Amino acid sequence: MSWFSVSPVELDALRLSLWVALVAVALSLPLAVAMAYVLARCRFWGHGLLNALVHLPLVLPPVVTGYLLLVVFGRKGALGPVLEALGMQLAFTSAGAALAAAVMAFPLIVRAIRLALEAVDPRLEEAAGTLGASPIKVFAFVTLPLMLPGLVAGAVVGFAKALGEFGATITFVSNIPGETQTLASAIYAVLQVPGQEAAVGRMIVLSLLLSFGALLLSEILARKMVRR
Amino acid sequence: MSLDLDIHVRRGRFTLEVQVTAPAGVTVIFGPSGCGKTTLLRAVAGLEPVDHGKIVIDGSDMTEQPAHRRAVGYLFQEPRLLPHLNVLGNLKFAQRMGRQVRGQSFDEVIALLELDPLLGRAPFALSGGEAQRVALGRALLSAPKCLCLDEPLSALDQGLKHRILPYLERLRARTDIPILYVTHDAAEMARLANHIVLMQAGRSVLSGPAEAILSDPAAVPYLGVRAAGTVISGQVMAPDPTTGLAVIGFDGGQLILPELSQTKGHNIRIRIPAQDIVLAREKPRGLSALNVFEGAITQLHSGQGPGVMVQFQTGGTLFLARVTQYSAQKMELAVGQTIFAIVKATAFDPAGIGT
Repeated sequence: MSWFSVSPVELDALRLSLWVALVAVALSLPLAVAMAYVLARCRFWGHGLLNALVHLPLVLPPVVTGYLLLVVFGRKGALGPVLEALGMQLAFTSAGAALAAAVMAFPLIVRAIRLALEAVDPRLEEAAGTLGASPIKVFAFVTLPLMLPGLVAGAVVGFAKALGEFGATITFVSNIPGETQTLASAIYAVLQVPGQEAAVGRMIVLSLLLSFGALLLSEILARKMVRR
Repeated sequence: MSLDLDIHVRRGRFTLEVQVTAPAGVTVIFGPSGCGKTTLLRAVAGLEPVDHGKIVIDGSDMTEQPAHRRAVGYLFQEPRLLPHLNVLGNLKFAQRMGRQVRGQSFDEVIALLELDPLLGRAPFALSGGEAQRVALGRALLSAPKCLCLDEPLSALDQGLKHRILPYLERLRARTDIPILYVTHDAAEMARLANHIVLMQAGRSVLSGPAEAILSDPAAVPYLGVRAAGTVISGQVMAPDPTTGLAVIGFDGGQLILPELSQTKGHNIRIRIPAQDIVLAREKPRGLSALNVFEGAITQLHSGQGPGVMVQFQTGGTLFLARVTQYSAQKMELAVGQTIFAIVKATAFDPAGIGT
């Protein structure tokens, strides 16, 4: 086997990593927009608490986040029976890996979107209102387009975070090749075995390519938006 | 169409209590800063909550309606164009969001404000005056039943102001919706106002037709000495055949001006500041001034200052002149007296000449 031939296990890990990251971003993005809106625009009792809660995965050791996910979503967790009734299982499945990645990426996405939202001039929204736009239309046609760069930045940061997520993932869904083994956990697994330098090197190159590609894509998108 | 307002707003120590009826045409809200002019406009547009009162626009009670259902077009001090859309996009946005009632046609608004050359431009590539013109067009395209203009020219320099004012005059001539116009610029007020509401400390102290308010001695303390004066509505006549000077006919005589951009037959409004009129008890002779009007004193009003405001009537026009207390005493001015007013042809404030 030459250095360049990627094994099926490694390919699976790559495919799974991409899937997990994309699903995680797709899941968190709408929720993050709503959360950013609430945090940036609404003033209510418990605002600080909610803000802290959103940021918790950022400051908690990922292992703790993973464990808490098990406690809530595990088969014997708080929501276990509910999930079972729905015919869903999250612990030790790829869906669970996506959930773990989404939870870890969420605070970063919220932060990016909130910054963009706070930069939107409320006077423009007010003006749109006097032109007959309802609050929903104001959000869709004024606020959203104006915060789009922040939205893209949030998505890219979230994607990168989800791609590299390791601690919470391995705690919540373990490291099952073909099911929950992402690039990060595959590298970890291979590193445990001596004489696997070639495999490690290949996957590190894959990781590099993936991350670099994501950065490039975000750069292109950002440029396109500036040109508009 | 008209606007009936009864607005009560309390914000800490500030209270706004205003009852105003604004008919079609421009109603200028004039007063010092902090007197509640902008709060009044924002309350009309639904941008400022009202403690109690009634806001009736074109016969329908809008008091409980949110801003986007009020059909009040609002022109802010700054243009507030949407930066992610170009000029055409901003105009189309108003049309799409606007109430589909009685909307002015797109081409009409474009022609009125001469927006055609700007359509493809981005908001940041517009000058202040152009941007404000686009913002006005955008407000018109949202099919408003009432327009609120909140010091729309205050951010522009003097030269730009004079280029925008004709557009506002044309708008006034073409539309039959009430326009509330907030300003603290007396020349702007004299040019645009059909009606005037004078405000002070959250209350309307005096209101009525523009000509009556501007020449009312009682209004002088609120208008300021510089703003008080006569507004003559007249028509441009044929130029004087011997001198070539411009002639304006009005109810009470003829006014001679050195030059005029408007041509014969145009309706015109001219403001003569009270301090630019000289009074005489006898018909003056051998004067260089071209305009001498004979009138009867209708009111004398001495304020706290050294001046006396003298209102007199010539034909159907009320004039206002300001003289010193000393002159008034020496001339023994009294109500009912016949008086001669001398106006220098070069005294006309070009900013005060409008259509």
